[in-house]
Amino acid sequence: MRGIPVSESETGSFSQRKRSSSEKLLDKSFKAVAISLAATVAFVLFGIFLVVFSGSLESIGRYGTEFLFTSEWNPVTDKYGAFTAIYGTLVTSLLSLLIAVPLGIGTAIFITEDIIPEKARYLIGLMVELLAAIPSVVLGLWAIFIMEPFLRPFFVFLNNNYSWLPFFNTEPLGPGMAPAIIILVIMILPIITSIARDSLNQVPIKLREAAYGVGATRWTAIFNVILPAAISGIAGGVLLALGRAMGETMAVTMIIGNSNNFSWSFFSPGNTIAAMLANQFGEADGSQVSSLMFAALILMTLTLLVNIFAQWMVKKLSLKY
Amino acid sequence: MSNYSIINSRQLNYKNYAVRNILNIFLTIFSGIFTIITVLPLILVLGYILIKGGSQLSISLLTELPEPPGDDMFSGGIGNAIIGSIIVTSIAAVIAVPIGIGGGVYLAEYSRGGTFSKFIRFGTNVLAGVPSIIAGICVYGSIVSSKIIFGANFSALAGGIALAILMLPTVIKTTDEGLKLVPDELRKGAIGLGASQFTTITRITLPAAFTPISTGIVLSLARAAGETAPLIFTALFSFYWSNEPSSLLEPIASLSVLIYNFALEPYQAQNELAWAASFILVFILLIMNIFARLLGRYAPK
Amino acid sequence: MLPNRSDMQKAPIYKMTPTMKIKNQMIQELKTCVSMENVTISYGKQEAVKNIFCDFPNGEVTALIGPSGCGKSTVLRAINRMNDLIDGCTLTGRVLFDGVDLYKPEIDPVEVRRRIGMVFQQPNPFPKSIFENIAFGARVNGYKGNMHDLVEKSLKQAAVWDECKDKLNESGYSLSGGQQQRLCIARTIAIQPDVILMDEPCSALDPISTLKIEETIHELKKQFTIVIVTHNMQQALRVSDKTAFFNAETKKGESGKVGYLVEFNNTEDIFNSPTQKSTQDYVSGRFG
Repeated sequence: MRGIPVSESETGSFSQRKRSSSEKLLDKSFKAVAISLAATVAFVLFGIFLVVFSGSLESIGRYGTEFLFTSEWNPVTDKYGAFTAIYGTLVTSLLSLLIAVPLGIGTAIFITEDIIPEKARYLIGLMVELLAAIPSVVLGLWAIFIMEPFLRPFFVFLNNNYSWLPFFNTEPLGPGMAPAIIILVIMILPIITSIARDSLNQVPIKLREAAYGVGATRWTAIFNVILPAAISGIAGGVLLALGRAMGETMAVTMIIGNSNNFSWSFFSPGNTIAAMLANQFGEADGSQVSSLMFAALILMTLTLLVNIFAQWMVKKLSLKY
Repeated sequence: MSNYSIINSRQLNYKNYAVRNILNIFLTIFSGIFTIITVLPLILVLGYILIKGGSQLSISLLTELPEPPGDDMFSGGIGNAIIGSIIVTSIAAVIAVPIGIGGGVYLAEYSRGGTFSKFIRFGTNVLAGVPSIIAGICVYGSIVSSKIIFGANFSALAGGIALAILMLPTVIKTTDEGLKLVPDELRKGAIGLGASQFTTITRITLPAAFTPISTGIVLSLARAAGETAPLIFTALFSFYWSNEPSSLLEPIASLSVLIYNFALEPYQAQNELAWAASFILVFILLIMNIFARLLGRYAPK
Repeated sequence: MLPNRSDMQKAPIYKMTPTMKIKNQMIQELKTCVSMENVTISYGKQEAVKNIFCDFPNGEVTALIGPSGCGKSTVLRAINRMNDLIDGCTLTGRVLFDGVDLYKPEIDPVEVRRRIGMVFQQPNPFPKSIFENIAFGARVNGYKGNMHDLVEKSLKQAAVWDECKDKLNESGYSLSGGQQQRLCIARTIAIQPDVILMDEPCSALDPISTLKIEETIHELKKQFTIVIVTHNMQQALRVSDKTAFFNAETKKGESGKVGYLVEFNNTEDIFNSPTQKSTQDYVSGRFG
């Protein structure tokens, strides 16, 4: 008897015109359980902040803002500054975004327009989603043994010919920022592509028809009508991808070289906050743990800001139609 | 425009050399090239995993224990890592699925857009954006180092909890969105009959939203099973079988951590085992992904 | 536009000498703006409309009427190749525009749409300012001249200038539904097409807006050839010179309906003395 009035026989009477107290109790307690389960999210989030924040207090007290701008990281002398890792986080994520955004949006346009048959479009969309399903650690393995050796001649070429640029002025010897950026591109491309595809698909057909109806060509319609109508969703996806790139750990730590020595060159080993955490947290103790927690706090704040900015941006950019 | 049939015909013809037509073809080709660049990594990664990992497939690979690094000739199998991945992911599911569905039910069925539900929605988004390594560090900081669970430090349970943190927002979101897709008439119909909200939810709306919710859960499980960062400080790794109940309180092997550890070893045999593990892991994840999609496509409406 | 077209139409033909035959043919051609010759349109393998023969006269308003699902919108969209946007939509037969087959492979559909504009069922302004809504189409068509003048002229012609003149920089969606539809008409006028196609332009509007649009159509008729799809027979009677009645029937062994042209004649004749029984039934409101 769970509340739906049930007749006891074909001609019988209703036994539950009045709800029993046990049923009311069940209803109330179910609601209470649902609320408390929802509150778990807040609890977990608060817990994460608390652990990271309390863990980093010692380091915050000792280094303050100096932590952000010095790049010495020395467990022997107990001197810590996260500049290299912060710089690496920002540079790898922003540069990979710069490469991935045109690729992803271009792909999304290609598979939402009627350039190729519908089945081929569906297949490409599926492949993009499967690429997103490949674990970071597998991409890291592939980056170490296949991608980096394959790309190295290209990096050497850049180094030989453009070494006057500070970004290319060290010899590519293996792990470094450049292959980390490329692997990040591969990892965030599916995010950007599938979100851009969904946003483009949501643009009402009537707008597309309006553009074609006044004699616009395909790409005039895309650039002037369809993309602007989808821009809020695409911007949200791009920022989501930026957050992912900042926090991406395994593939980056496997290929970036994990060096805290600052260098402008993309070919020398570098670090990101996430990579540094993965690499050092296991063996760290004492004030190094606190400094790593401080770095984690910075990473969390960065991703949080990107997330909030993303939600604000989506609201700000959405057009009425 | 008199006598305009002839003029017309020419005007309406496609002009190969018009700037806009050249630009259009150029841009179309460009977007096609972009698409190839986007899809190429998947083909290359899958190809190499198939060549370097698939070629090592054997019974002993699936049933034996890995050898500790050092022996250059023989690296053993990945049997315990496969079992370990299944155990840790199952622990995560046992924790995250009920909490997530409960939270999603609250957001979709009970909340009326008040401050609390807005905060929970926002928190879910924020939690979804928390880097996975941070979840690992927090579980380390709160559970592993304090030995709060029966005095165990690195353990399968700790690993499962870390993965559960990552799964939670996805499960909440898919439940919330799945329930919102259920037509309101169904809900009103049940409540109009005098059904309690509990009955309406458990008998009507949740079953109606079964397909999208289960699709979301399978996808989030697939993501969790491939995660490494939350496990390296929580579940750690083990070279032994985890076949007793007490194993849940001990370090446990997993495919992803095995790949990470062995990829960075200088020994070729270990590197090859990493490729073999990648093959198995990717194979399982792709099956899960395709299964989830089929679930969404062919489920009875 | 052709200033001497109407003169030629009125030229009496007494004897058919060979030269006159050619002349006659030319006159026919000039009288006819768009002509459909045995047009069949299919979605995938499913035929939507079959074997349409129909000549839409120059400088007049032609209404396409018929029950829903009879393919009248499909026929309309075939005239400016809008159906190209639908996957798997194919057309056989010929659609002639001033004697040119629009479905020849060398024809550029973009050019076609610049000469044959369209107003859609749902008002669909661009999510841009009112000014940009009109300027966009003009710019796409390579308009060189004073854009402000063009915008003003087009809005006036579409009888929506008074409502818009103080808020040209506001979004097109700040207007009411009827005003939006007239903005869309203004947008179409601004590119100076030869023909304007209207696909149930009033179906989403209230009666007062509908009336205003109809008044606008009467004005536009002086300058453009208009083909309008409507489900409202009174509207067809009010605005059109010619009417084509379409019907659909279910063929044996096929799932969907196939539309066909039942009768095409002067509007008065269609409504007062139809030759077909189904037309009679439809216009007298017995079905549809």
